Amino acid sequence: MNASAIEPRFRSGDRVRVRRVYPLGHMRTPFYIRGHGGVIERLCGSFGNPEELAQQRSGEPKQPLYRVRFLQKDVWPGYRGNAADTLDVEIFQHWLE
Amino acid sequence: MKDSGGYQPYSYFQLMEVSLRELLVEKGIVTEAQVAAAVEDMRNRSPERGARVVARAWTDGDFRRKLLEDGTAACEQLGLDVPALRLVVVENTPAVHNMIVCTLCSCYPRMLLGLPPDWYKSRNYRSRAVREPRAVLSEFGLFLDEKTTIRVHDSTADMRYLVLPMRPGGTEGWSEERLASIVTRDCMIGVAVPKIH
Repeated sequence: MNASAIEPRFRSGDRVRVRRVYPLGHMRTPFYIRGHGGVIERLCGSFGNPEELAQQRSGEPKQPLYRVRFLQKDVWPGYRGNAADTLDVEIFQHWLE
Repeated sequence: MKDSGGYQPYSYFQLMEVSLRELLVEKGIVTEAQVAAAVEDMRNRSPERGARVVARAWTDGDFRRKLLEDGTAACEQLGLDVPALRLVVVENTPAVHNMIVCTLCSCYPRMLLGLPPDWYKSRNYRSRAVREPRAVLSEFGLFLDEKTTIRVHDSTADMRYLVLPMRPGGTEGWSEERLASIVTRDCMIGVAVPKIH
């Protein structure tokens, strides 16, 4: 792994929550998922931090990127449909707690 | 749109594109030939590429396993380069149906499907696919059993997604080429399933 990459803190199956924060700038974390809890589906690898790249900076240190699986019924109040329906979203580690 | 063949003023974005391109060429950063080659390359990519991948997965179990494990490496094996971005292939089964959206913009597996359709980039699809996937699918004419689990994949960062649809019954003994002919773009986004014509 690249020396400037940040170590992954989570593993598949870990329960996580997306931080409910609203900083300004270019973010790849959709508003609708902030504050919601899900489960790590997989670690995708480490990638340049898009919030840094958008500012014309290097994107280093690279941030671990995960696919996090949420239950639709947890995300949308009154969700109609199968209770097992899911939503998988890619979230960078610094957005997870 | 009516095209009289006469003079048409540039739109805002056309003007911006021409200005930027001419500046880049003037400054020696790219050549006109490189720009033309990149556009040509983009136009040459079509859903037929993705259909080839799906047909191979339907006929070759080892390839299918590899595709689901590491989509990028499996495509390279077929001679398809999937540059920079990682491909995640998600498999439909009798119990699970997958569909792809990019709620933030229009991330799309262009290397396998070409340019995204307009509806994929529309606010309507992007906001509703994550929230009421069954309603959206029904508008595409796809009515799933209530017992089917829907997995929506929001393509928010560096991964790109392709749906591996189920091979329909009645296609036993078909050649890869014939199988590929029933795998449409929409099947690989997950808003349709392959049908025998």
